[in-house]
Amino acid sequence: MKAENEQALNFIKPHTGLAKMTRRELLKRSAAIGGSLIVGTGFIAGSSASWAMELKSLSPDTMATLVQMARDIYPHDSMGDEIYAAAVKGHDDKAAEDADFKAMLEAGVESLNAAAKQMGHASYLDTGWEAERTEILKSIESDTFFQTMRGGLVVGLYNQEAVWAALGYEGSSYEKGGYLNRGFDDIKWL
Amino acid sequence: MTAPFDVNDDSVVVIIGTGAGGGTLANELAQKGIDVVALEAGGRHLPKDYINNEWPSFSQLAWTDMRTTSGSWRVAKDFPNLPAWIVKAVGGSTVHWAGASLRLQDHEFRALSTYGALEGANLLDWPVTLAELEPYYDKAEKKMGVTRTNGIPGLPGNNNFKVMKAGADKMGYKECHTGRMAINSEPRDDRASCQQLGFCFQGCKMGAKWSTAYSDIPKGEATGHLEVRENSLVLKIEHNADGKVDGVVYQDKDGNQVKQKARAVCVAGNSIESPRMLLNSASSMFPDGLANSSGQVGKNYMRHMTGSVYAAFEKPVHMYRGTTMAGIITDEGRHDPSRGFVGGYEMETLSIGIPFMAAFLNPGGWGREFASAMDNYQNMAGMWLVGEDMPQESNAITLSEEKDHTGMPAANVHFDDHPNDIAMRNHAYKQGMALYDSVGATQTYPTPPYPSTHNLGTLRMSEKASDGVVNGFGQSHDINNLFVSDGSQFTTGGAENPTLTIVTLAIRQADYIAKQMSEKSI
Repeated sequence: MKAENEQALNFIKPHTGLAKMTRRELLKRSAAIGGSLIVGTGFIAGSSASWAMELKSLSPDTMATLVQMARDIYPHDSMGDEIYAAAVKGHDDKAAEDADFKAMLEAGVESLNAAAKQMGHASYLDTGWEAERTEILKSIESDTFFQTMRGGLVVGLYNQEAVWAALGYEGSSYEKGGYLNRGFDDIKWL
Repeated sequence: MTAPFDVNDDSVVVIIGTGAGGGTLANELAQKGIDVVALEAGGRHLPKDYINNEWPSFSQLAWTDMRTTSGSWRVAKDFPNLPAWIVKAVGGSTVHWAGASLRLQDHEFRALSTYGALEGANLLDWPVTLAELEPYYDKAEKKMGVTRTNGIPGLPGNNNFKVMKAGADKMGYKECHTGRMAINSEPRDDRASCQQLGFCFQGCKMGAKWSTAYSDIPKGEATGHLEVRENSLVLKIEHNADGKVDGVVYQDKDGNQVKQKARAVCVAGNSIESPRMLLNSASSMFPDGLANSSGQVGKNYMRHMTGSVYAAFEKPVHMYRGTTMAGIITDEGRHDPSRGFVGGYEMETLSIGIPFMAAFLNPGGWGREFASAMDNYQNMAGMWLVGEDMPQESNAITLSEEKDHTGMPAANVHFDDHPNDIAMRNHAYKQGMALYDSVGATQTYPTPPYPSTHNLGTLRMSEKASDGVVNGFGQSHDINNLFVSDGSQFTTGGAENPTLTIVTLAIRQADYIAKQMSEKSI
């Protein structure tokens, strides 16, 4: 719990992304497209180029896999990849300072890809159906890798204000005079 | 003398903890002109400092010193070092409490006589009756400004309450209203009225909710008879050759060990820390810990039967808007063994924000089912189920192998549900889900108990010294100048949120301590 809380405090700091680039500029720098992401040297980006994230330590392929895994653990179809990328960015920061942690993540991603290959897919990212990816995750559910990812997401994902907004949670109201005049009793459908 | 007091002043009463029990007692004694040093492990945070954001607030207020867990309760698996969600700050858990202020029922003071002996349960009657406490309940309700008492109007119902009320009507429940709440529905006692902020659990930024942090403590300090020492973590209580307690050793804000001498010591550190302190105070004269001739110190730990039911509807509810717990159904609070269990439970509105919902809805859960529940958040209503759990000797606070940051053994919290607790929880889940189904729920989520907020019974009151730790006034059977002033005193738990009863007992105990001091008995 304490660790999650520390992560919460880390995650609510703003993330440093790449400067805005056009899709054309991004594609020029990119090596491959992983899932819905553009994967380039030292960065990942959304396919519409609306966001990009520079990486300190993890390879873009590893990060792209972690982003997909994060979505598969807590799949919210209305939320963009940038939210999941922000949710796992802390792992890249930690990997830059902790070689064992980095190795654990990389081995975890390799195990996901190995399981995907057994199913006849090129990689976890190339596994088309969520049900199959979920099956892969189920098989490693008790591993440190999975539990680190899932535990980190509880705070890393759900403590993002963008996620609150997407889920209809308005948060603090004190600055606005409370909910007294802002709908605390406005239910009409009962 | 006028505060501050000297550490060698052995005329002062030392109170450990400044929450519902300790904070109330400190003010009540100070008002009588009795000099008090209150030692508080946490710092002082006032309404302007409170943070309306769940994790940062948790970081500001919660007790996160090392604790360990054991037993079959799910908290031990999901939150092994967070058995309880309680506050480390001036005001203790009155900073984050919800404000529900209910009297225990007459029969709940006579649990053994009413329920009979239950296998595995260490039931006992309280050595005090409702009739004896009624005048003090009156005083507590007046002090705290409880709605629906003393002519104070009830709080307005928020959306979450309206869903509950509609369901209660469909279910045929008769007693459903916006609660007896120690939250101002109109300005009172120099405190503002509730503005429906929705963050009762993070400290009330309006100060509309009663808390010793900004109610009793400053009033006591204004008398000149109360000194509160913040960031002072008590390590042990010491005694003299006569077996009377004579002072308290604490670690001060700079990390130094200090002994404050005392005429009497009152322990009010919550039902986990209070027995831990007595156990950590073992000496050659008291090898099993202080006040432990009965062997009951730390035993009979209760946490209330709890659980929550959240439900999703087709349209928005926005349950988080407004007072968190201003909604109650008391119909199931009765003792009616035909339901398959003894004792009763209350159904109370409850809401948590997205950050805590993610952590507590189904700890460890993941995948599309979990995410779908979170997707339904704005269409959710929620209730908390809180009822009487059975005292069991094996549910206990003991000294852990682990040490805290001061090097003292931490508390281990062991808990297993009693079959009666399980039967009651299943009944409560069923009723809560049926209530929401009756008003069109499309999904219901029976949610497991959170880390304990109602920690009770580990230094219990008893008529006979062999059955418990303290008498009906919270005075140790073994050491007459050692008192217990928090929820640890509870002989049994009752179905009701405990704060009002803790405050009531503290007001009564203040009268008793003053009398004993004037008679030179202590």
